[in-house]
Amino acid sequence: MTSTASPALSRRFFLAGSAAAAGGLALGFDLSGAPAAAQGAAPATPEVNAWVVVRPDETVVIRIARSEMGQGTLTGLAQLVAEELGCDWSKVTTEYPTPGQNLARGRVWGDFSTGGSRGIRESYVAVRQGGAAARTMLVAAAAQEWGVPAGECRVEKGVISHPSSGRSTTFGKVAAAAGRMEPPKDVALKDPKDWIIAGKPVQRLDTVEKTDGSQVYGIDLKLPGMLNAAIRDCPVVGGTVKSVDASAVEKMPGVRKVVRVGDSAVAVVADTFWRAKTAVDALPVVWDEGPNAKVSSETIAAMLKEGLDAPDAFVGNKAGDAAAALKGAAKVVEATYAYPFQNHATMEPMNATARWTPERCEVWTPTQNGEAALAAAAEAAGLSPRQCDVTKIHLGGGFGRRGATHDWVRQAVLIARELPGTPVKLIWTREEDMTHGRYHPVTQCRMRAALDESGNLTGLHMRISGQSILAGILPGRLASDGKDPVTFQGLNPGGAEAAIGYTIPNLLIDHAMRNPPIVPGFWRGVNTNPNAIYLECFLDEVAHAAGQDPLAFRRKLMAKHPKHLGVLNAVAERIGWETSKPPAGVHRGIAQIMGFGSYVAAAAEVSVSDDGKIKVHRIVAATDPGVAINPQQIEAQVAGSFVYGLSAALYGECTVKDGRIEQTNFDSYPVLRLDEMPAVEAILMPSGGFIGGVGEPTIAVAAPAVLNAVFAATGKRVRQIPASRTDLKRA
Amino acid sequence: MIRLNVNGSVREVEAEPDTPLLWVIREQVGLTGTKYGCGIAQCGACTVHLDGQAVRSCSLPVSSIEPGQKIVTIEGLSPDRSHPVQKAWAELDVPQCGFCQSGMIMAAAALLAQKPKPSEAEIRQEITNICRCGTYNRVLAGINLAAQGGETGRG
Repeated sequence: MTSTASPALSRRFFLAGSAAAAGGLALGFDLSGAPAAAQGAAPATPEVNAWVVVRPDETVVIRIARSEMGQGTLTGLAQLVAEELGCDWSKVTTEYPTPGQNLARGRVWGDFSTGGSRGIRESYVAVRQGGAAARTMLVAAAAQEWGVPAGECRVEKGVISHPSSGRSTTFGKVAAAAGRMEPPKDVALKDPKDWIIAGKPVQRLDTVEKTDGSQVYGIDLKLPGMLNAAIRDCPVVGGTVKSVDASAVEKMPGVRKVVRVGDSAVAVVADTFWRAKTAVDALPVVWDEGPNAKVSSETIAAMLKEGLDAPDAFVGNKAGDAAAALKGAAKVVEATYAYPFQNHATMEPMNATARWTPERCEVWTPTQNGEAALAAAAEAAGLSPRQCDVTKIHLGGGFGRRGATHDWVRQAVLIARELPGTPVKLIWTREEDMTHGRYHPVTQCRMRAALDESGNLTGLHMRISGQSILAGILPGRLASDGKDPVTFQGLNPGGAEAAIGYTIPNLLIDHAMRNPPIVPGFWRGVNTNPNAIYLECFLDEVAHAAGQDPLAFRRKLMAKHPKHLGVLNAVAERIGWETSKPPAGVHRGIAQIMGFGSYVAAAAEVSVSDDGKIKVHRIVAATDPGVAINPQQIEAQVAGSFVYGLSAALYGECTVKDGRIEQTNFDSYPVLRLDEMPAVEAILMPSGGFIGGVGEPTIAVAAPAVLNAVFAATGKRVRQIPASRTDLKRA
Repeated sequence: MIRLNVNGSVREVEAEPDTPLLWVIREQVGLTGTKYGCGIAQCGACTVHLDGQAVRSCSLPVSSIEPGQKIVTIEGLSPDRSHPVQKAWAELDVPQCGFCQSGMIMAAAALLAQKPKPSEAEIRQEITNICRCGTYNRVLAGINLAAQGGETGRG
């Protein structure tokens, strides 16, 4: 659910840059215009168009290009297609086309990438056009059969009728003929106010399979003759395998083969996963730990600290002269914040199944980006993408881990190459997953604010020092001067994606890029997470330093940002910021940000016990996504965002020692559980005229709303994430 | 050869004695609704019922299962998704990615079998399974709905 395309980069640049960076994703270009390869089996029922198949029994199959990983995109996209199609919602089912099919058909389904909360908003027009085109063709087929003008026909719930002659038929009866009709050049789309399926809180299409164990995840896949693999990659990033004693485990039960996987990993292939894991654990391996063997959290922190004062930095947002404002200030407020590495910790560990022959490679895997998975598979297979395909399997969580890099797919294919023709399923242990993540980037931030004698904010310098995601994994997407625009999410001077919500006369937001060797990744919420903490917690500090109410202080800066202000006012009103006192011992905090095209705010009610334990009692969260496709699923995303965001804020930290990630499982990497889950009241306030994402933005306001309430409760500032590092015991 | 009673059927499986019950269920018995999440009894994705009690099968060696003990997995909770917890889950759209939900449902069903009307505090105390998507509030609502339905856990 993560990763983000910078609004500053054109789509063309994005693809070209990605190609250069990853040696993957290039296939969108490489194969454009190439003759269609025979990919996959022909569907049993001819399609109406790429998006819609109607079977003779009236079942409507809607094709979904984006990946479902819990966020509800599959249902939302189906709602949009069905709305324009005019079918019976109770007859709808879905299927994923493969990335190979997409390439063979000139990318008829567009982008498969499912990150940056873009799954619905960037498909918003295309999928509705697909549904409308299919409806037009179905109606045209019926009208042609009847010899009447198509414009006289009506469509309702999959039934086409011609009122003046009393004739009617169904989608299923005319679907085959419709598929032979000329696709319409232009289609008119419904006004959202006329929607009857989209915009409604319909139930998910994929729930019941998740209540009886029948939903198949990648880890569950079974193929005839399949073997299982377990892997150990060098615990130090950049390290390699020096030697391995395969003979020590080759006689263990079920073991078929010990294989080297690239330079850095070893795997055991066995009849069952448990036997493969048991053997790989016992496998004597000598590592060459390489150049990063001495890297630690301390060396990384020192590297970032240096960047806080470095003369050179990439500028993300600038107005007036912040340095001069600070120099001439009546009062300067200063604070330094820090955000650690964090693991996505998807509930389903990384896994992929691969079958390789010298002519063809097939992969089955949970992925947020089928096309990137195909690119990774082809590269590892030593074959052309046209000789490969990827079947997307349902994801047991994504959160950005399964999108931008496909390291586990590469491994699975390399292992399968050692056993040509045999499908091999690679499953990572939780320990492998925790220690070989694509971690939330680590940053520090020095905030300096200038106040005049009346307590007005006259200047702000926000210096971010630390890791760039793009530099780490997609360097081709960096700007030409080397700047990583993703770093400034939520802080941009304008734009439709992630603009700052304050007008500050003298402002400088800059980034001293410092890249430690731990590999970063897009982590649900991405850079809005630290940026919202830095900005929103610090503004709370400045408001207190100015002797002003944090809400009133913000409002003075937000006159030109009505949508940011709208969500902030909504949570303030609902929680009673100005009208009621919280219960005894409970304190309030507030925060807002724009991210992923949507405006979000949160207000929290929190208490802190004498021994320093934080309890979050109540959350009010407002979202303005422009247009809401499924309100009950947006509510689920908002509530879930507090689990992800509060896990990160309170506990989330991966530390480094001797080049290794120290946290190996949920005992050392705690996450929020039901006993700590606050009540979440979601306010959905779509204001129209745009469409934003909902899977990620709310993550970013969870921490600052709660941490500002922690200050109200204790007088102590949490400036280092996770909060468990700050002693909040009452003195 | 190990004999196991899984979902009412006796199964004979070949496995090393220290193999966790989870992997015997998934690989030898072939029922994959029970999930691997951590392997150290932290997350609860592997929860099954052993003689009606919720247990974390990832940390239970298959050799520790006594002859005659009854194992119920998510596939055996009801023949037709009719268990009150399954019905409540479907009604409230509790799952997101769903990976943890087999374990969550089995834990909830075991709780209701022992305590048909748990308080909110008891639910928060007893349901310790991890969900990373963050379905906890609907889990809570789902258990309350199932409890109100009157019927409680079998299996």
